[in-house]
Amino acid sequence: MRLDIVLRVAAKLILPLMLVFALYVQFHGDYGPGGGFQAGAIAAGAVILYGLVYGLSAAQRLVPVAAVETMVPLGVLVFAAVGVAGLLLGDNYLDYDKLAHDAVHGQEWGVFLVEAGVFITVFSTMLAIFYAFAGRGIKE
Amino acid sequence: MREHAPVLMVVVPLFGAVLAALVRRPGPAFAVALACGFAVAALAIDLAVAVSAGGPISYRLGGWAPDVGIEYRVDALNVPILLLLGVTAAVATVYARRSVASELPVGRVAWFYALYLLCLTGLIGIALTNDAFNAFVFLEISSLATYAMIALGRDRRALVAAYQYLIIGTIGATFYVIGVGFLFLATGTLNLSLIAERLGEAEAARAVVTGLAFVLVGIAMKVALFPLHLWLPNAYAYAPSFATVFLGATATKVAVYLLFRYVFSVFGAAFVFEALPTGALLIALSLAAAFGASTVAIFQSDVKRLLAYSSVGQIGYATLGLALGNAAGLTGGLVHLLNHAMMKGAAFMAVGAVVFRLGTCRLEAFAGLGRAMPATMAALTVAGLGLIGVPGTAGFVSKWYLIKGALEAGMPWLALLIVASSILALLYVGRLVELIWLRPRPADAAPVAEAPLELLLPTLALAAATIWFGLDTRFTAGLAQAATVGLFGGAR
Repeated sequence: MRLDIVLRVAAKLILPLMLVFALYVQFHGDYGPGGGFQAGAIAAGAVILYGLVYGLSAAQRLVPVAAVETMVPLGVLVFAAVGVAGLLLGDNYLDYDKLAHDAVHGQEWGVFLVEAGVFITVFSTMLAIFYAFAGRGIKE
Repeated sequence: MREHAPVLMVVVPLFGAVLAALVRRPGPAFAVALACGFAVAALAIDLAVAVSAGGPISYRLGGWAPDVGIEYRVDALNVPILLLLGVTAAVATVYARRSVASELPVGRVAWFYALYLLCLTGLIGIALTNDAFNAFVFLEISSLATYAMIALGRDRRALVAAYQYLIIGTIGATFYVIGVGFLFLATGTLNLSLIAERLGEAEAARAVVTGLAFVLVGIAMKVALFPLHLWLPNAYAYAPSFATVFLGATATKVAVYLLFRYVFSVFGAAFVFEALPTGALLIALSLAAAFGASTVAIFQSDVKRLLAYSSVGQIGYATLGLALGNAAGLTGGLVHLLNHAMMKGAAFMAVGAVVFRLGTCRLEAFAGLGRAMPATMAALTVAGLGLIGVPGTAGFVSKWYLIKGALEAGMPWLALLIVASSILALLYVGRLVELIWLRPRPADAAPVAEAPLELLLPTLALAAATIWFGLDTRFTAGLAQAATVGLFGGAR
C-alpha cells in the first residue's frame, strides 16, 4: 500500500491541463508571450512530473529514450529545413515571404513551423537531461 | 544559388550535424562529416574568389535590413579565416575516421561527429557574421560542442578539463555579451558596421570604453591569451586526438579573428591604441605568453600538453601583431594564424598517429620513434621547425613580418625579444627531436609500424604546406596584406 495516493491523483488531474496549456502557449506565441521554447519546457515538465510520481520506467514507456534521442536533432532539422525552403523558393535563408500566397501569411507559416521545431528540440532535450540524471546508477 | 554561398557555409555543417545525430552509426556519420568538410572547403574557396573579384559580399538573413536583422559579411579580413576553417575541415576530416574509431566507444562516434560539425558551424558563423549578438550565439554553439568533445576523451581527466573550460568559457562569453550590451546602449544597434559608424559620435562615452573592456577580456578568454590560458593545456591534452587537431588548428584562431574585427573594424585602431593603453598592455601580455608558456612547454612530459603550451605561446605572436597596430605587424599576426594552423595541425596529427599506434603520447614513448615511424616523425619535425621559425618554414614568414612591424613601430628591443623567444621554442622542439631521431628505441619496446595512410596523408599534407608557404609566401601573405589594406582603409 503506497502512501502517495494524493500525489498520484493530483498528478493525474494536473497532467492533462499542463499538456493543454503547453499547446496554448505554443500557438499563442504568434500573438503574445509564448512560443516553442516555453511550450516545450512546459510539456517536458509534464512528462518529468509523470516520471517523478510514477517512476522513470513509466515515463520512458510514455516517451522512449530512442524517440527522445531522435527528436533532439529532428527539431533543429525542422528549423533549418524551413530556412532552406525559403532558399529554394528564391529568397534569402530564413526568409518566409514566399511560403504562402502572400508575404504576411508566409511569415506566419514560417514562424509557426520554426516554433514547432523549437518545441520538439526543447521538449526532447529537457527530457534527455532528466533521463540522464534520473537514470544515473541504474544498471542497464 | 551562388549568391547564397555565405549562408550555405553555415547551413551545410549544421545539416550535417543533425544528420550525423540522426543516423547514429559511425560509418554514415563519418561520410556526412567528410562530405561537409569538402563542401565547406569548396564554399570557402568560392567566397574567396568572389571577394577578390567583386569586393565585400553582404548577405541578409531572412531578407531583413542590417539595422533590424542579421547580416553576414565576407570581406578581405574574414576570407583568410574562412579558407583556414574550410581547408582544415576537409583535411582533418580525412584523418578523423581511424583516429576517432580507435579512441571512442562505437556508440559515441556518431555523436562525436555531430559535435564536431556543430563546432565547425559555430566557428564558421563567428567568422561570417557581422552581428555582435549573433557572434555570441555562434561562440556559444562552438564552445558547447567543444566542451562535450573534450569530455569524450579517453582519459578521465578529460572530464575535469572540460569542466574547467566550461566555467572559464562561460565567464568569457558572459563578459563578451555584457560588452555587447554596453555597445548596444551607446549605439542602439548590434550590426558591427553600424556600431563602427555610430561610435564616431559617442567616442568619449564611458559606456563605449566599458564595452570595449568587456568585449576584449571576454574574447581574450576564448583566445587563451596569457594569463587567461589556463583552460587550454588540459583541454587539448585530454581531448580525443582528432578534437585536439581540429581545435588546435581553428578554435583560438577564430577568437583572434574576432579580436582583430573588434579592434580594427569596430572600435578603430586610433581609439584602441591612442586613446587607451591597450597596445602596451597587449604587447606585455603577448610577450608574457611567448616567454612564459614556451618555458612551461620545455618541462612537459606529455607531448600533447607540450604542444598545447606551445600553442599559448604562439597565440602570443598573433596578438603581438595586433598590438603593434601597424600594417606589417597586422600582416604578421594574420599570416601567423594561417601558418600556425598548418604547423600545429601537422604536429597534433603526428602525435595523434603515435597515440593511434602506441596508445600514449608520453615523452619517453617517442624515444627512437624516428626509425619506426619515419614519415610521421618527419612531419612532426617539420612542424617543430616551423614553430621555432626556421627559415624555409611558414613560421619564419610570420616572425619576419612581426619583426618588421616591431622595427617600423620604433621598438627594436621588441624585435630582439621575438628572436629570443624563438630560442625557447628551439628548446622544447629540440628536446623532442633529439628523443625521436638520436635516441635508440628501448630494447623492450614493442615493434611499431608506420601510421596508416589515412592518418599519414593529411599529416604530410600539412607538413608540406608548412614548407611550401615558407618558401612561397605570395598566397598567405597576399591574403593577409589584402586584409590589412582593407582595415587601414586603403592606406599602404
